Amino acid sequence: MSDATTKAQGGVLGWIDARFPLTKMWNEHIGEYYAPKNFNIWYYFGSLALFVLVNQLLTGIWLTMNYNPSAAGAFDSIEYIMRDVEYGWLIRYMHSTGASAFFVVVYLHMFRALLYGSYQKPRELIWVFGMIIYLLLMAEAFMGYLLPWGQMSYWGAQVIISLFGAIPGIGEELALWIRGDYNISGVTLNRFFALHVVALPLALVGLVVFHILALHEVGSNNPDGVDIKKNKDQSGKPKDGIPFHPYYTVKDTFGLGVFLIFFSAVVFFAPEMGGLFLEAPNFEPADPLQTPAHIAPVWYFTAFYSILRAIPDKFGGVLAMGSAIFLLFLLPWIDRGRVRSIRYRGLGHKINLALFAVAFVCLSYLGLRAPSEVYFGLTVTTWAQIWTVVYFGFFAFLFTYTAFGFERTKPVPERVTD
Amino acid sequence: MSEDGANKSRRRFLTGAVSVVGGVGVAYTAVPFLSYWNPSARTRAAGAPVEVDTSTMQPGQKINLTWRGQPVWVIRRSEAALETLPELNDRLRDPDSTVASQQPPYARNIYRSIDPEFLVLVPICTHLGCIPSYMPQPGSLDTNWPGGLFCPCHGSRFDMAGRVYSGVPAPTNLVVPPYRVADNGLIVVGEDEEAA
Repeated sequence: MSDATTKAQGGVLGWIDARFPLTKMWNEHIGEYYAPKNFNIWYYFGSLALFVLVNQLLTGIWLTMNYNPSAAGAFDSIEYIMRDVEYGWLIRYMHSTGASAFFVVVYLHMFRALLYGSYQKPRELIWVFGMIIYLLLMAEAFMGYLLPWGQMSYWGAQVIISLFGAIPGIGEELALWIRGDYNISGVTLNRFFALHVVALPLALVGLVVFHILALHEVGSNNPDGVDIKKNKDQSGKPKDGIPFHPYYTVKDTFGLGVFLIFFSAVVFFAPEMGGLFLEAPNFEPADPLQTPAHIAPVWYFTAFYSILRAIPDKFGGVLAMGSAIFLLFLLPWIDRGRVRSIRYRGLGHKINLALFAVAFVCLSYLGLRAPSEVYFGLTVTTWAQIWTVVYFGFFAFLFTYTAFGFERTKPVPERVTD
Repeated sequence: MSEDGANKSRRRFLTGAVSVVGGVGVAYTAVPFLSYWNPSARTRAAGAPVEVDTSTMQPGQKINLTWRGQPVWVIRRSEAALETLPELNDRLRDPDSTVASQQPPYARNIYRSIDPEFLVLVPICTHLGCIPSYMPQPGSLDTNWPGGLFCPCHGSRFDMAGRVYSGVPAPTNLVVPPYRVADNGLIVVGEDEEAA
């Protein structure tokens, strides 16, 4: 890069640059990072996820200042934060709404990758890092949900930890080891607190750094799925690229503004979101001797919960739920196609991807309902079984038509189109 | 690294030896970190036996206890409830309590108890850990219901001996904890029956 100019600079910046690669890093990742010029609305959600992560870290640190991680004190300390601490209600609602917002933007961010083939070669590692982030995020959300020590916290954790008990042979021992007690107790609460506030956030931040470093190494994909590095001008800059700063910093700031309108509306007017973000039984303290009449996880887990319930066998259900997540990890290798963007892929793929998205939404809805409810003459369980088949069918069809050349793709343009 | 005059096989050996010894060290170091998560001495001590006096219990009555932080129910079954048990066998998944982990050997009988009248049970659904509802009245769930336990979470059904029905999500019968019957109708949960 411009070593000569950097060295020639005096002043504070020059002094720092001689000792720390500040300007070099700025240029590499922001000032001279060339991103394709045709990003559309789908490209907001990465930077929004980063913003929500910062929101969670900041409000989370503030909440720990008044939270008491013990079976006797946890529920009361949350009520204390909500009623007696100045703006405690706001900090807590920002954190609880932030958790749901995190999954909203992450699901849209992941769907963007499916639309434009951003997981395909050479971006497999970006996708894998992203999937690990998603997995850690689920663990983070699950453990965080135990901390208010309400009825749904307790029984949700009871159900999820029991899933490990389904593993043949070591299952029960493993569940005991995770709980640290014969039943979920203050012991479990304390360790979940440690993992939720220290271990998992550390791992998450580290992986976000890896995710972005891997992205900046190979460069961003775009809605046309064409490689902008193939067409460079004399100075070596991609003809279809524009520097991240100021172009995308400004665009992302605009997106952030729109996001904050929705986010604030939820925080101030519907923090419980009708029981979707904060469930009613969680306003009762945890009672190990009384299960609430209806247990449902928070909305962002219900698709996988539906798959679990759809299989009439305990270990089979756990296995199906696990593979529903694990198959996503393998997506870059399941999809053998060379065309990335949905714009130039075959009709079959468009239908397959659309059905996959519909299946995910339907499974999410079904997971919130009681298994015996009836829709159009079929029970929730039967519907969940149908959509579970569609969910797994996506991967099976995707592999079949890409590996054996059944997909009829359109020609991909040389340069980006808009 | 300089390759001049290097003894490569010596280098390979040293690298391998350090890796193996270091690996063993790391494995041993992992032990305290993993064991730290096991139930502590205090948690295990909280699992001391619990006594309950059953001499004044009425037929159909249920007493709730806590042992090892888990709920334990002691139920005095009525004569009518006991009579339903043998008739249910072909509607159950494991009528003869063949899964050894679900009860002590002395409770492996059709009543799943030492004294047929008194059932001692951990009411934690073997599916995903919810607490089933106690519904002893025949017909209280549906017309065919002989009385038993019904889990509201995912619809598992158990009879008045905690035996699981076929075709429900729960894989095994409910757990009967170790217990013994002492004098004067005293039941001690958490202590095994002496070999008679």
